[in-house]
Amino acid sequence: MKTHCFRWLAGGLLGCAAFLAQAQLAIEITGAGAQRLPVAVADFGGERVVSQALVSVVRSDLERSGLFNMIDTTGALLDENSVPNHAEWRGRGADALAAGSVSATPDGRYETRFRLHDTQKQAAIAGQALSHGANQIRTTAHRIADTIYEKLTGERGIFSTRIAYVVKSAGRYELQIADADGNGAQAALASREPIISPAWSPDGGKLAYVSFEAKKPVVYVHDLATGRRHVAANFKGSNSAPAWSPDGKKLAVVLTKDGGSQIYLINVDGSGITRLASSHGIDTEPQFSPDGEFIYFTSDRGGSPQIYRLPVAGDAAQRVTFEGSYNVTPRLSPDGKLLAFITRDGGRFRVAVMDLAARQTQILTDTAKDESPSFAPNGRMILFATEVGGRGVLAAVSTDGRVKQRLSVQAADVREPAWGPFNK
Amino acid sequence: MNSRIALSVSLITLAVLAGCSSQPAAPEQDGAGVEGRTPSAVSTAPVSTDPYDLAALKDPKSPLAKRSVYFDYDSYVIKDEFKPLLDHHAKFLVRNGQMKMLIQGNADERGSREYNLALGQKRAEAVKKALLLLGAKEGQLESVSLGEEKPACAESTETCWAQNRRGDMLYSGEF
Repeated sequence: MKTHCFRWLAGGLLGCAAFLAQAQLAIEITGAGAQRLPVAVADFGGERVVSQALVSVVRSDLERSGLFNMIDTTGALLDENSVPNHAEWRGRGADALAAGSVSATPDGRYETRFRLHDTQKQAAIAGQALSHGANQIRTTAHRIADTIYEKLTGERGIFSTRIAYVVKSAGRYELQIADADGNGAQAALASREPIISPAWSPDGGKLAYVSFEAKKPVVYVHDLATGRRHVAANFKGSNSAPAWSPDGKKLAVVLTKDGGSQIYLINVDGSGITRLASSHGIDTEPQFSPDGEFIYFTSDRGGSPQIYRLPVAGDAAQRVTFEGSYNVTPRLSPDGKLLAFITRDGGRFRVAVMDLAARQTQILTDTAKDESPSFAPNGRMILFATEVGGRGVLAAVSTDGRVKQRLSVQAADVREPAWGPFNK
Repeated sequence: MNSRIALSVSLITLAVLAGCSSQPAAPEQDGAGVEGRTPSAVSTAPVSTDPYDLAALKDPKSPLAKRSVYFDYDSYVIKDEFKPLLDHHAKFLVRNGQMKMLIQGNADERGSREYNLALGQKRAEAVKKALLLLGAKEGQLESVSLGEEKPACAESTETCWAQNRRGDMLYSGEF
């Protein structure tokens, strides 16, 4: 647990604020994939207390993804060195079986070893040995779940990644960082004034965000390891909607110093400002395409808010969305093939995803107040904010709309989620 | 004439102090407030003869007491009913060139926070442009947006939303 103190406290900040956040995000699974792969994760041998905690996290990670069906392993006595009876496990319905053990090492740490078996091929397909402290059980379990996920699906797991979001309780806003499963939340910033639009740097080390602590929106860049931050954009008027360039060197921001909301590029330290686009209407919510060639953004230049894209090299903006009268908050999938956004339809605001090549759009949710979509770094899920029972909650939906999860905090509003990148 | 200038100066002081008092009251501010003859000067200030002097800003009966312009959904066009109000504030700004104004645009909660921030900015900007056309100076005005973050009314009803689609005018000492 780290403590971050801001040495240069400004007006609305509550002060030396960072510690374990009091409220825990609770996850509820509300939908699952159509075809789930049957997987058995047997109880690990060795250090009992540690291994039980660890295996339960591995199982819940895999289960929460909606892609696996967890097979009961009652009675199995296996570890990483066991040669499993593949026929028996096939009989139980498992296509894959993980087994392992946790042992204490002389330096007071632990070593967790495991092996993953394919019961059809009757072969071990992955194995890992991880050294960890007693306080790293969850981290270790997430890494094991990531390995199993990647071996079985062919894409990287996101269980070791982190999410950022804002929790609002009475008169208090906290920018929190938690594991992707909502555990281990820490407050990076606490303020009496609103905090919006957190955006992760590509290396996962920093967050850019908008804070109203100076009674107007100002863009800050916050280093998570040290808790130090600097003002990246504080021009006359409003400063908002920071988006990192893929190389992490620049930010696209929305400034109003020359009139209406327009998109500018600045260096992360706030220097070297250049104007990117020019319109008489609103231009906002810039987002780089993963290849860095385009900036997608929201504009009302055509009479209603729609999504456009602009070549960073400089050329005319092209309109991307055409259906409906309100399409906002463009977010590109990590492979650049999908565009998630919020669309209004009959007074409901919902998460939609467009296949950019086919130009086909699918609405993914059945909620009514969706905001701020954010792709998982493997592109499989989209995290977003919505409202349930008059309270702000986070929810996640798979890009095919099948897997659904909800993350909520007791007695507080959660909003403005941003899914962090893969750990380097 | 000299006493008039002295009065204006003391009123500016008073305005500044009044602005400060929006923070939790500190003892030294109370001390400053009772100094001199300021209270009696306020009670005899010729508000009725000059509707745009600094005292008018503190007069609840003055048209300047109204500070908000309301907008339609997804719109940043100033409706005719608010033009007289902007006219009063522009006259005040012209008369009191040392006074600055922060215009805060707001939006209702529906839709994207960042788009609502931009919408609030457009509303603040519309108020600013109207005041500029009526003679206020660029250097006196800053338009910013609070988007949907500072609702005047917190319920999800049209009555509430209408109160939140708003531009607020704050003078020096009030922000």
